[in-house]
Amino acid sequence: MSDVILDTDRKGILTRISDTLWRNPRLTILLLLTPPALWLGVVYLGSLFALLVQSFFSIDEFSGLIIREFTLKTYAELFTPANFDIIVRTVLMASAVTIAAALVSFPIAYYAARYAKGKWKAIFYLGVMLPLWSSYLVKVYSWKLILAKEGILNWLFETLHLSWLLNAYLSLPIIGGNSLSVSWTGTFLVFLYVWLPFMILPIQAALERVPRSMMEASGDLGATPAQSFRHVLLPLALPGVIAGSIFTFSLTLGDYIIPQIVGSSRRFIGQAVYAYQGTAGNIPLAAAFAVVPIVIMGIYLWVAKRKGAFDAL
Amino acid sequence: MTSAVVFKGVSRHFGSVRAVDEVDISVAEGEFFAMLGPSGSGKTTCLRLIAGFEQPTAGEISIFGQPAQGVPPYKRHVNTVFQDYALFPHLNVLDNVAYGLMISGTSKGERHRAAEEALELVALPGYGSRKPSELSGGQRQRVALARALVNQPKVLLLDEPLGALDLKLREQMQEELKALQRKLGITFVFVTHDQGEALSMADRVAVFNEGKIVQVGKPEDIYYRPEVPFVADFVGSSNVIPPRITEKVTGTWTTAAVRPEAIMLGDKGLPAKVRATSFIGTSTRVSLDLDGSQMVALLPKGQTIPEIGEHTHVSWAEDDIHLMEMTDE
Amino acid sequence: MHSDRASKGLKIAAGLGLAFMHLPILLIFVYAFTTEDKSYQWPPPGLTLKWFGVTWNRPDVWEALSLSVKVASISTVIALFLGTLCAAAVSRTRFFGREAISLMVILPIALPGIVTGISLRSAFNLADIPFSFWTIVLGHATFCIVVVYNNAVARFRRTSGSLVEASMDLGANSFQTFRYVILPNISTALLAGGMLAFALSFDEVIVTTFTAGQQQTLPIWMLEELVRPRQRPVTNVVAMVVVLVTFLPILGAYYLTRGTDTVAGQGK
Repeated sequence: MSDVILDTDRKGILTRISDTLWRNPRLTILLLLTPPALWLGVVYLGSLFALLVQSFFSIDEFSGLIIREFTLKTYAELFTPANFDIIVRTVLMASAVTIAAALVSFPIAYYAARYAKGKWKAIFYLGVMLPLWSSYLVKVYSWKLILAKEGILNWLFETLHLSWLLNAYLSLPIIGGNSLSVSWTGTFLVFLYVWLPFMILPIQAALERVPRSMMEASGDLGATPAQSFRHVLLPLALPGVIAGSIFTFSLTLGDYIIPQIVGSSRRFIGQAVYAYQGTAGNIPLAAAFAVVPIVIMGIYLWVAKRKGAFDAL
Repeated sequence: MTSAVVFKGVSRHFGSVRAVDEVDISVAEGEFFAMLGPSGSGKTTCLRLIAGFEQPTAGEISIFGQPAQGVPPYKRHVNTVFQDYALFPHLNVLDNVAYGLMISGTSKGERHRAAEEALELVALPGYGSRKPSELSGGQRQRVALARALVNQPKVLLLDEPLGALDLKLREQMQEELKALQRKLGITFVFVTHDQGEALSMADRVAVFNEGKIVQVGKPEDIYYRPEVPFVADFVGSSNVIPPRITEKVTGTWTTAAVRPEAIMLGDKGLPAKVRATSFIGTSTRVSLDLDGSQMVALLPKGQTIPEIGEHTHVSWAEDDIHLMEMTDE
Repeated sequence: MHSDRASKGLKIAAGLGLAFMHLPILLIFVYAFTTEDKSYQWPPPGLTLKWFGVTWNRPDVWEALSLSVKVASISTVIALFLGTLCAAAVSRTRFFGREAISLMVILPIALPGIVTGISLRSAFNLADIPFSFWTIVLGHATFCIVVVYNNAVARFRRTSGSLVEASMDLGANSFQTFRYVILPNISTALLAGGMLAFALSFDEVIVTTFTAGQQQTLPIWMLEELVRPRQRPVTNVVAMVVVLVTFLPILGAYYLTRGTDTVAGQGK
């Protein structure tokens, strides 16, 4: 070994392949990327494209067969009053859930980012992580139990002799209903519950990046704690809120299971997609409906990007 | 004497940036060769070209007479001590040092014995079972050195190996490295931005600026006889004297360099005004204004320190002014 | 904010928030022991262990469980392979289209699940692919890649660079470097990513309803029970077991990546 400085004689199939890869860094990248790019490109982008294609087909009203010809007729159907109602309803629900999630998340994220230390930090972290990752259906199911007529919430109101309050609330139009489990309030609560961790984590990440000294500087310059909060912390936390809202908004837009299990009979976008592709067999209309959340999220992401929300992801 | 490393017109471009620009080097076998320059001057890229992490855009590199074109790093019996040491965090110290031997297929007992010996060489016997994260900066540096040396390389490349150490440790390691190099007789190519380090350790120094070598020579030559103003200024901050002043003293229209410690203040010589003085331990630093050009003098202990604003005269012994080639300055 | 102590109001709000997130799940645990089998009566009229036995003897639960485990295992293996390759390429060098690759990996999880679901279904429909075990896996592996990718890419960034160069400098070729340096350094991140991918696949229902034919994964079985309850106590027991089973990989992933990278949350 001591005499050979450049060991160009070293052979072996692996060494030879290694040599080739080393001489062609681009080939290495290409080899690494080909399998995942093929998978995502063919399976996923291909499918999205298939969806897009289908949305430009239409359905023959008499035979129920899909006509594979380009038309905008299916998109026009989205604007019939019944369908347009579904879209508006879903966007309103997504907005309400997003705003509520931001309000509920803030104290948790703020406490976890600023005050929790050591053991408590870990507890807060897992306290958000475990609900985030526990089964979606189980979470929805738990609310079916909570909101049921004979369930814990009604029992609580009865025990506290507050049933009149609940009944008064349920008699309100739109947000009320026969019982909580078939009202939009119920749907809203479940959405809020299920997507809450998705809002907490980005806000916490954004708040953790605010240096402690910045709040002290603000106080030092004569701001009251409330003023510091309003003028320093809140603007800095905003990208986190926007990042979180991307999740809550998108997830609410596309969900069809929650309103099906807890809610009134009036549909959301997800249910419409599910129903049209399933029993109705109207895949073009289902596809067109599915394009709606993509477009809404596209606009939302574009606005969020301009506000710098992606740094907090 | 054979040349260990030879560069012939070597360039390395990154896009439009000429990191290394037509460099010629010849490092002799057994030499301690330093590459000195500010950051971004191309010295580290030259080291990486020798190691094989980079390929030249143009020119030829040969190592012990063999062309290194297209030879990957793992086929070069050249080893590197990295600036951040790059110790493998998942291996203990012994396995870190034995890594090269393991790859070359040396048996476990043998490579561990060799690794122990290498650790002894760098004064870390018995540290084998520790993890790199449990070591101090100086100890990590020694492990990195042992890991390279255990492979008995013909050329050892050192990339600012002392940069992360504090001053005292750095001075100690400078002496140890130099002694080790003499003892082993291995060619060392040493990259640094610290002129003191380069001058005190190397047999020869190459000064880099903007991808080019501006001067190669023995430390004394670099220090006392800079060929260009950059070297005069960068290596030990000589006073660079503009031609119009040089002409007054020597009669030659050229740029010249005078070391601060060679400057005498008194009644004779060129008139100057004292701008500032500062005490720096063994001597006092005096900033002077000399007919519109700046100059620095270092006065040893015991000399009278002039007042700020005082008018004085500047002179030096005839030997102490070094005329440089005319450049665009 | 001048002091390091939180105000009482903030403490209460944060505590209530955490309670809101955990109480509903804990409620399931109580319901698994109730003696009532016709309604969701609260408080439970009595407690019993009987439903655990009943559930144990239900073949449909076992079939759904075994299908879910099979799908999650194979999807995880595929996602580990593809996600690691992608992370290696992206963290290795800057190349044209890097951003596009990152976006493509994240897209299946960023878009609403129903979009992914209906897209896959319409693609299967256009290509005349019949629903099978493999159509489920195809969907699951696609959205699991991002979880592995997120975990691996953070670790690759810390591992690559001079460690890889040091290994090559000491004589190791690319494969030896991968085997002796890269793999040991990214293994815990991969394990964590794999666990999370498994949990994600094991729990998925929205995409699965579009890509499964007659087969029932455990979440689909649960969804059926939610829409058309047959034996409520069995659902309660299954729900509790699912919660406990998904907690294990999450805790495991947390301990594996603790103090090193940010864990997982972004993944889901």
